[in-house]
Amino acid sequence: MEKTWNNKAWFMVLPVLVLVAFSAVIPLMTVVNYSVQDTFGNNEFFWAGTDWFTDVLHSDRFWDALTRNLIFSAIILAIEIPLGILIALNMPKKGLGVPVCLVLMSLPLLIPWNVVGTIWQVFGRVDIGLLGYTLAALGINYNYVNNVFDAWVTLIVMDIWHWTSLVVLLCYAGLVSIPDAYYQAAKIDGASRWSVFRYIQLPKMKRVLLIAFLLRFMDSFMIYTEPFVVTGGGPGNATTFLSIDLVKTAIGQFDLGPAAALSIIYFLIILLLSWIFYTVMTTSDAQK
Amino acid sequence: MARINLDHIRHAYGPSPKSPSDYSLKEVHHEWNDGGAYALLGPSGCGKTTLLNIISGLLQPSEGKILFDGRDVTYLSTQDRNIAQVFQFPVIYDTMTVYDNLAFPLRNRHVPEGEVDRRVNEILEMIGLADRAKKKAQGLTADQKQKISLGRGLVRSDVSAILFDEPLTVIDPHMKWVLRSQLKRLHKQFGFTMVYVTHDQTEALTFADKVVVMYDGEIVQIGTPAELFEKPKHTFVGYFIGSPGMNVLPAKIDGSSVDLDGQKVALSFAPKIAAGAKTELGIRPEFVRLGREGMPVTISKVEDIGRQKIVRASFASRPIAIVVHEDGEIPTDPRVTFDPSAINIYANSWRVTDSLPIGGAA
Amino acid sequence: MNTATQLSGRNLSWIVPTLYILFLLLPIYWLVNMSFKTNTEITGTFSLYPHAPTLRNYAVIFTDPSWYKGYINSIIYVVMNTVISVSVALPAAYAFSRYRFLGDKHLFFWLLTNRMAPPAVFALPFFQLYSAFGLIDTHIAVALAHCLFNVPLAVWILEGFMSGVPKEIDETAYIDGYSFPRFFLRIYIPLIASGIGVAAFFNFMFSWVELLIARTLTTTDAKPIAAIMTRTVSASGMDWGVLAAAGVLTIIPGAIVIYFVRNYIAKGFALGRV
Repeated sequence: MEKTWNNKAWFMVLPVLVLVAFSAVIPLMTVVNYSVQDTFGNNEFFWAGTDWFTDVLHSDRFWDALTRNLIFSAIILAIEIPLGILIALNMPKKGLGVPVCLVLMSLPLLIPWNVVGTIWQVFGRVDIGLLGYTLAALGINYNYVNNVFDAWVTLIVMDIWHWTSLVVLLCYAGLVSIPDAYYQAAKIDGASRWSVFRYIQLPKMKRVLLIAFLLRFMDSFMIYTEPFVVTGGGPGNATTFLSIDLVKTAIGQFDLGPAAALSIIYFLIILLLSWIFYTVMTTSDAQK
Repeated sequence: MARINLDHIRHAYGPSPKSPSDYSLKEVHHEWNDGGAYALLGPSGCGKTTLLNIISGLLQPSEGKILFDGRDVTYLSTQDRNIAQVFQFPVIYDTMTVYDNLAFPLRNRHVPEGEVDRRVNEILEMIGLADRAKKKAQGLTADQKQKISLGRGLVRSDVSAILFDEPLTVIDPHMKWVLRSQLKRLHKQFGFTMVYVTHDQTEALTFADKVVVMYDGEIVQIGTPAELFEKPKHTFVGYFIGSPGMNVLPAKIDGSSVDLDGQKVALSFAPKIAAGAKTELGIRPEFVRLGREGMPVTISKVEDIGRQKIVRASFASRPIAIVVHEDGEIPTDPRVTFDPSAINIYANSWRVTDSLPIGGAA
Repeated sequence: MNTATQLSGRNLSWIVPTLYILFLLLPIYWLVNMSFKTNTEITGTFSLYPHAPTLRNYAVIFTDPSWYKGYINSIIYVVMNTVISVSVALPAAYAFSRYRFLGDKHLFFWLLTNRMAPPAVFALPFFQLYSAFGLIDTHIAVALAHCLFNVPLAVWILEGFMSGVPKEIDETAYIDGYSFPRFFLRIYIPLIASGIGVAAFFNFMFSWVELLIARTLTTTDAKPIAAIMTRTVSASGMDWGVLAAAGVLTIIPGAIVIYFVRNYIAKGFALGRV
């Protein structure tokens, strides 16, 4: 659409700016402020320069949490994106099945995150949970509280349960926007099922897949509530992700400086990775 | 290339059709010649796309059979019928190059790569996209994309028929004309059986040898453009084809003359009409003569459209259109006469021939 | 024409979504199942359905104000947040969809980066900011804090819908002598009603499910239900039944909202652009 140049449009954006400034810029400035100062309590602050940043970047704790986050996000994306595509491809396109699928699949998305954690915490318990009990009955030694591997599997399965629907809904939206003529033309051209997917469905889903990928990356990288409820970051520190570590530092230990520095590094990592993914995914297409 | 037989075909989208109004396609029973160029013409919702999809195999008719060269293909899939179809909006594979788009239908059928290359290059020349062969199809304009769709239809040398579903809708008027003449030339050159759906009469009349006019789920007439113009079988054909359309006036038949609200017009024959039928007289504006003799009319408006003038008038308290040559004069006391050979008589909207009423009048 | 479904396999395709839905419903079923059991049944015997169904757990929640007030608190701040987010996003989305102005693209991108901000980063600064304004433990504090991620989202979704409305409609309205506010309220808003519905749905959703910030900013009077749930850990051990019942009750508002917008969900995801 041809847009007209009009700087008065700024007035319409103003309410948003004021609000976001209040809820994002001021807090962020507080964080920056803390990140370069030190305090011994009683509201006296000293200039600390980049000390906190150096500290954070040199701590194993930070790198370990970051590694855990990256592995977690990678596993989540590798499972949820293909699974979401597979489910969306097999969803009904019309009839009663459509609203039934949409409503039931959206359900996990609207459950408060700590309740999601609670549901899985209970579900996985060997004494009272269906999953844990069944696994134990089958003779599998499963315990997400003590066993690192079991804790990770539980968190991953929980995240798949919680968020795959988002990928499904996005892909489904992309799929239903493909006109029937494309499928008819493919039939006439004698295309195989794989060709239809490769040359019609996948290209048409590309935009929504990009959104799905970015949203799933960002949210899995920021994950806090669900693992906090299920494992509390344990066993040991095995599931302590950056967010959990950050809240521990800031609110648990009240180490404002390191927490603030960690916050900024954390935020920058997300921005940077999102930007890289976005650029790579949009330009790889333009080159071919 | 194939002869197409439509054997008592009917189609309803609902599950169990009962009354005729449940059918979106009422009975169709016709034979279309091998190598013919047919246009399916009619307003939106008349069933022309339904009929086309039945021929292509995208839809299965509720009743009846469809035969290609005498072989029953009713239950064959689109692939097995070996037809090509071009859709209203360009369908291209965005991520492939222009070349790969054209090669796609051939490669899917395991045509040897040498043959693919030969055919694709031939088509690329034909549609004038040879210089873009290695470019991605994504960035092309709408008419270039539609040319690729056309090309994918033409690339297979062995197709039974090529079907077009309003393929020029998205093309701008100048390009439309160019593409249409190219299609016409290709048809002459290769002799494909072509079926072309459109709601644009100019497109239908210039493209096809035979125009199939559809109205409300029925084929009302199949004929050459001249037949449709001179002897419309149904009043719908009369006013759908021609601009302005045929004048249709309520008439009372009295032997070999007609009474138009008190005005007598002599006929060249005595139409035979079943009792109680609604009778009408049809005369094209081109065959109404405006002069100082004949029946009186009242002129309400004169539209000058260049080489001709269209006179809108009121005749026997009915609106009537008259085509007058650009320097034809318009008298102060206007009167009209009808060319007797151009008068058609309709009973219940169907044309009456010499002795027997046909079609819906029976 | 069902060509799409014909292509997608020998009509066995229903198996995949069915298995997936089963997987989704199983843990929820288990929660519902538990909510109708007594604590002795939960811990004592393992049963696939409640053998002695009881409503006691729900009765506990509905009779104790400290429990049911949690729901009211959650709903109050979620609704407040939805109303604020959508109403400030409307004019902004209109500006982005209709006009070019100084810095528009940077601004749009900057707005979206707020969606990428980890709530954990903001928890502490929010606490300090709202303390300074004396807003701790008020609904408005949570509603405003959630604007951090909901306003960008609302702008993004609405902009997508608005770009789908032809500009000629605006111009016709001006020619017909409508003033801007009258045009916007009378003509434009009804036109993008479904977009507003979708934006409101997503705002409701993200505000409803968020806990970290909501919990940090509240102590008693505005505490969300999700935070109150942690109370079930007591000296006498876990009150599993009440915990399950409280969990089930947090699912219900979401389910109701989904039911109303079910026809727009797919559409809402497709619109908006990165």
